[in-house]
Amino acid sequence: MAVADIAEVRRTKALQERAENQALTRLTIGPSPWARAGALAALAVLAGIWLVPLVWGAVTSFKHEAEAALPASLLPTMGWTLDAYQKVLGSSDLVLWMWNSLVVAVLVTAITVLISAMAAFAFSQTLFKGRALMQWLTLAAIMMPGQILIVPLFREMQVLGLVDTFAGIVLPQVVAPVMVFILKRFFDAIPQELLDAARIDGAGSWRLFWTIVLPLSRSILVAVAIFVFIGAWNNFLWPFIITTDPQFMTLPVGLSTVKDAYGVQYAQNMASAMIAALPLLIVFMLFQRRIVQGVATTGMGGQ
Amino acid sequence: MTVSKTGVTAPAGPALSDRRSAEGRRPTRAATPRKPMRERDRSGYLFVAPFALATGLFLVVPTLYGLWMSFTNQSLTGTGSEFIGFANYLEAFSDPQVWQTLWHTVWFTILSTIPLVVVALVMALLVHTGLPGQWVWRMSFFAPYLLTSAVVWHLSNWMFQPDIGLLDTWMTGLGLQPLGWLTDENVAMFSIAGVTVWWTVGFNFLLYLAALQSIPAQQYEAATIDGAGGWRRLFSITLPQLRTITGVIVVLQLLASLKVFDQIYLLTKGGPNGSTRPILEYIYDTGFTNYRLGYASAISYVFFALILIFTLVRLLPARKEA
Repeated sequence: MAVADIAEVRRTKALQERAENQALTRLTIGPSPWARAGALAALAVLAGIWLVPLVWGAVTSFKHEAEAALPASLLPTMGWTLDAYQKVLGSSDLVLWMWNSLVVAVLVTAITVLISAMAAFAFSQTLFKGRALMQWLTLAAIMMPGQILIVPLFREMQVLGLVDTFAGIVLPQVVAPVMVFILKRFFDAIPQELLDAARIDGAGSWRLFWTIVLPLSRSILVAVAIFVFIGAWNNFLWPFIITTDPQFMTLPVGLSTVKDAYGVQYAQNMASAMIAALPLLIVFMLFQRRIVQGVATTGMGGQ
Repeated sequence: MTVSKTGVTAPAGPALSDRRSAEGRRPTRAATPRKPMRERDRSGYLFVAPFALATGLFLVVPTLYGLWMSFTNQSLTGTGSEFIGFANYLEAFSDPQVWQTLWHTVWFTILSTIPLVVVALVMALLVHTGLPGQWVWRMSFFAPYLLTSAVVWHLSNWMFQPDIGLLDTWMTGLGLQPLGWLTDENVAMFSIAGVTVWWTVGFNFLLYLAALQSIPAQQYEAATIDGAGGWRRLFSITLPQLRTITGVIVVLQLLASLKVFDQIYLLTKGGPNGSTRPILEYIYDTGFTNYRLGYASAISYVFFALILIFTLVRLLPARKEA
């Protein structure tokens, strides 16, 4: 019964979506079948171009190594094989790097979201000495590109003894002043009466933050978290500088050390690339709508 | 499949965001100045402390430390660190490598920004027609953005392989000469810009798509009733409404492109013959390969000055709106 209901809701939603899209088509390109066909063709060509590298990489990863080094043929002529995957998973640190990446990305995301939300709450809903100054400094911090700090930051990490540690990879990535302002803007719009009522009932700021502000802000928190996670998972420059020990390398850094010497193993390279690409692609397929929204809301840096 | 429908919306209208300034004026008129409760909440510094600590340690300290370093001859090997005044900066301004790598950075920025904005706009306009296959279009255009630079390197390096790569195969198939995609000084930067467009255009595409979805349908309906055709609606309604967002996307893209490092470092290591090396790679090489931390810091600050100009341009329109 319940399952049937969910299916019913899904179907209604899909129908509704289709109706909306059809209305949109009428409004944007009008009724002409030629115009529609033209737009569809353009979409197909663009999507084709965009998919070629991924598809070709995927196909190559299933080829025999001997065939991969021959001039390109789209489909394998010597048969499909999982050899490359077996070799890559068996002989390299790929799984370890993936695990490291997951640990780093999860830690960066959790810490960033928590401390940014707390700071945003402080700026939005409380008063304290130096609030104006702190806000001004946060705004100024947005203008500081992290890339130019690599040299002094590395030196600082040496002094702190954090080179080749997870703390060294994670901590410098949790400073996200833009996210503080995105969250602050959202917190500003929470009805003040709601917060005042809770305060009258004796709720302290800590409870206010956890039981009212955060639950009301779930959508923006998810958006920020998605954005931070993608950034941390894919970050290359900083992990590349701070790690030299393969034991602590994240996926992007580890993968970049897979050198192609003479007589490169293309099938294996492509298999590694596919394995590395898969987690985020799967997550994207599952939560496409959420991610599209999240990137669209946070991507502009709150503008 | 629209973003705006279930989009992230604030629980209250924009009018509320100006609450603070409105309250600031109120007490002068009200008989009993009823302070909002939050004004009495003085625990804020506890909430801001973790963020302040992290920012202080990993942003403010390195910023100041780097500035100080740029006036010294400090080296990564740790031997001696003397204050040498503006010597590093004087050297930077007369160092042809600085100017060359700065120019490569700007050249890459020009080559990548234009298609990254135009192609993203075309993609968004096409997808926003609501034609069938929405999921596939979005997936294909945005998927590369989710790849890490090392994966992009493996994939494109494979495409660019001389003779056996897909691109050379196609070139010879068309009866053309194979190109030195990454080995020809005149071609390499274009190849890198092309890879970058493929890799990151999905991000701008999403920003445009969200902007398109916020254009009210009534405007199109009204135009249709007035007899405006598809092209007319595109040029008279859609494009004018995208002017603001285009400005924002262009500036964001300029800032992102100026900081290019990953794909160039991985694809060409700045070569062939240093012809694609961006300034960030020069900073990296100076600091971590040649161990000249002081000089690398000085170049960082020269580069920072360039970025700051673009950042300030970005902040200007935001001020006007506020």
